[in-house]
Amino acid sequence: MSTSSNPLRDPQDRRLPRIAGPSGLVIFGVTGDLSRKKLMPAVYDLANRGLLPPGFSLVGFARRDWEDEDFAQVVHDAVKEHARTPFREEVWQQLAEGFRFVPGEFDDDNSFEALRATIDELDKARGTGGNFAFYLSVPPKFFPKVVQQLKKHGLSQGQGDSWRRAVIEKPFGHDLASAQELNRVVHEVFEPVDVFRIDHYLGKETVQNILALRFANTMFEPIWNRSYVDHVQITMAEDIGIGGRAGYYDGIGAARDVIQNHLLQLLALTAMEEPGSFHPKALVTEKLKVLSAVELPEDLGRYTVRGQYAHAWQGGEEVLGYLEEEGIDPKSKTDTYAAIKLTINNRRWAGVPFYLRTGKRLGRRVTEIAVVFKRAPYLPFESGATEELGQNALVIRVQPDEGITVRFGSKVPGTSMEVRDVTMDFAYGESFTESSPEAYERLLLDVLLGDANLFPRHQEVELSWMILDPIEEHWEKHGRPAQYPAGTWGPVEADEMLARDGRSWRRP
Amino acid sequence: MKIDLTNTTSSKINAGLIEARRAIGTPAVGMVLTLVIVTDEGNAYDALKAAGDASREHPSRTLVVIKRPGRTPRDRAKSRLDAEVRVGSDAGTGETVLLRLHGELANHAEAVVLPLLLPDAPVVVWWPEEAPEKPAEDPLGKLAQRRITDAASAEDPVGALGVRAGSYSPGDTDLAWTRITPWRSMLAAALDQRHSAISAAEVEGEPYNPSTELLGMWLADRLKVPVARKVSDGPGLTAVRLDTADGAISLDRADGALAELAMPGQPDRHVALKRRETAELIAEELRRLDPDEIYKSAVQFGVERLKFDRSQEDSATRPLPDEDEQKAAAPAKKSAATAKKAAGSAAGKSK
Ligand SMILES: NC(=O)c1ccc[n+]([C@@H]2O[C@H](COP(=O)([O-])OP(=O)(O)OC[C@H]3O[C@@H](n4cnc5c(N)ncnc54)[C@H](OP(=O)(O)O)[C@@H]3O)[C@@H](O)[C@H]2O)c1
Repeated sequence: MSTSSNPLRDPQDRRLPRIAGPSGLVIFGVTGDLSRKKLMPAVYDLANRGLLPPGFSLVGFARRDWEDEDFAQVVHDAVKEHARTPFREEVWQQLAEGFRFVPGEFDDDNSFEALRATIDELDKARGTGGNFAFYLSVPPKFFPKVVQQLKKHGLSQGQGDSWRRAVIEKPFGHDLASAQELNRVVHEVFEPVDVFRIDHYLGKETVQNILALRFANTMFEPIWNRSYVDHVQITMAEDIGIGGRAGYYDGIGAARDVIQNHLLQLLALTAMEEPGSFHPKALVTEKLKVLSAVELPEDLGRYTVRGQYAHAWQGGEEVLGYLEEEGIDPKSKTDTYAAIKLTINNRRWAGVPFYLRTGKRLGRRVTEIAVVFKRAPYLPFESGATEELGQNALVIRVQPDEGITVRFGSKVPGTSMEVRDVTMDFAYGESFTESSPEAYERLLLDVLLGDANLFPRHQEVELSWMILDPIEEHWEKHGRPAQYPAGTWGPVEADEMLARDGRSWRRP
Repeated sequence: MKIDLTNTTSSKINAGLIEARRAIGTPAVGMVLTLVIVTDEGNAYDALKAAGDASREHPSRTLVVIKRPGRTPRDRAKSRLDAEVRVGSDAGTGETVLLRLHGELANHAEAVVLPLLLPDAPVVVWWPEEAPEKPAEDPLGKLAQRRITDAASAEDPVGALGVRAGSYSPGDTDLAWTRITPWRSMLAAALDQRHSAISAAEVEGEPYNPSTELLGMWLADRLKVPVARKVSDGPGLTAVRLDTADGAISLDRADGALAELAMPGQPDRHVALKRRETAELIAEELRRLDPDEIYKSAVQFGVERLKFDRSQEDSATRPLPDEDEQKAAAPAKKSAATAKKAAGSAAGKSK
């Protein structure tokens, strides 16, 4: 059974990809946006790359009066429209044989009995071996109901050595208390190791590349500390507004939606110490250590900023302000922009600020980590020669256009001695190649393989809320979000916040 | 952007590359390796297309070496280097130089190539057809960490495997091996599941398909059981069967695209097992540049140790010595090598 006894496997045989063992995936909320745009296409792309086990089966659950064939048609359309790899008839045929649909509401016991019958049938007809992952692609308020139904109908525990796993999407609560409550509810039904929380940023190649960059090289680590680093800026900017998601967004806001999970995860990967190995336990230990060393600024009023986008012309298009969006209370205090300053209390980072910012309707869509270095302590050039020289920087571009940029000073050709900033770019391959997977592909495969390395653990989620909760409480009591014209890089207050420290935001 | 250089030298080509890059405004490049393709005029187009597609995954400098020694003594006496430099949208994601080596220069390709290699980056040489007998000792092969041959393009493909085994050197690899990665991974996945001991195996495919033999040798090498080679009409590999006490584990692919996996006590299932394009094979090769020990072990297992199933044999099939004739294996290997040599030059003309 174990791979070590499989004579066809050999650690040296690195051409053989990791293929998941016999298994199936059940998606709740299969009619939703996430399922159509990301999950179903990722399943197809995995099959196309030969990474799904023979007999892999996909079960859809939703309140629709559909037959298996109708469901197959829905998957077909989603794949045709959103899959990354070309459509191949034989791959489709292999996959389509394992499609099943179970109609029903979440509180309908009959539907869950039908789901159980479907799983048993798949074990017989497709050899799925009782191994199933349940993907909860539904609004979070239904999580408790769904996991309790799974437990009630004996679906949360496999027979013998087969496994059952739960996959949940953000938001993981809206503060520490609700996150703990959610964890309690889910862990009542599934063992903590069987719960996979999706933070799709961690599935991205460049994010995994942070670990390679830092721990496979010798030239970066010696300067990766307070002696050389002046500060770090982590940015996730979107150029879109809230779209049709008013109901989800209002009351949540940018900080809870993005900083709590994505940006604090990026911070942890950037700042953590070297793990003893890439074993999930070793990695999570280091992430937890650095997250618990994070400290908030004393004066939250001066070192946090929130904003709301205002009616403006953005990139050639006139767009509404947040308060004018359909479904938003004109008096809403929800932040569509948030910027905060954090420090990390350890030997490596003491005194180095980490500035985190995120927002909607900003200049362009970009996510990056910029490590900005100190100025040279002494410049042996004539005054004026280095006026155009900024600080050296190493920028990890997470999306779009994944890669790494280094900024340093170089002599301007022809002048006597004048130094200015130049940038050097590196992009390995291109994101549309078949072999560089989309984040959801990687994460779904890891769920089926039971590899938890790229999933935040419940302790990380709770620590992140401990960092964010005091800020949200402060905002709740004081003031209102500042307004910024849509299409710009946020409110002037954010610029003032960095200016107070003698620094400025990068234009990403 | 394209620059044509006639009667040129490597240093002029280097200057041309810099000029071309400046012209399209990208002075710094993030290329990860140099790929040298040794081919003839007829096959250059396809090989270059495959390399261009593969360069999307592995940005590289591609050097295409086209040897034109000339047919007449007069042609042979005139040495000349012509080059075509392609950068930007004409060259995938990297840059490409087509090198035409006329006359005596055709025998000194390494002298032209050496100055054009990217500094400090790995070198891969690929012979789409007519590979040298000892790739690692070939003057171009010596420059490379990775040497890619293709037994399937030889006139005697199975014989070519014997040649590869005899001259194996770390860094050698063959596309006949790359082609079976999906089969191998599916079989390995099948054996990850509970099954009883395997007593014998069988591989089936068209004649002249060295991947079938390689897969057979890999199974024999890993499973330590007798493996038979059966002949079918193809396309390519058509089936693998592993015998166990409970029945056979089999993977059948009749149409070159969709296969059926059967395991005792389990339902039959379809798995997509498409024959891949050359570009995908090259991209797979470029992913890892360290020696492939598993390939070495499989190819050196010895074709002659597979049991050749005569029942399926037709007149088009070259008979393989079967087990009782194993003592005769060594001479068989040798004759295969000579046959390959003769075949190599014949193939060159027919294409
Ligand atoms: N979309 C994204 O990009 C994204 C990003 C991050 C996180 N997420 C998270 O991913 C999950 C799914 O997101 P989504 O955008 O796909 O949501 P969505 O489009 O609103 O879909 C939600 C799904 O839940 C079903 N559902 C809602 N209420 C139900 C009820 N009372 N009974 C039965 N089914 C019900 C819907 O079925 P009906 O069609 O029948 O209404 C639909 O299939 C959520 O947890 C969300 O927070 C999504």
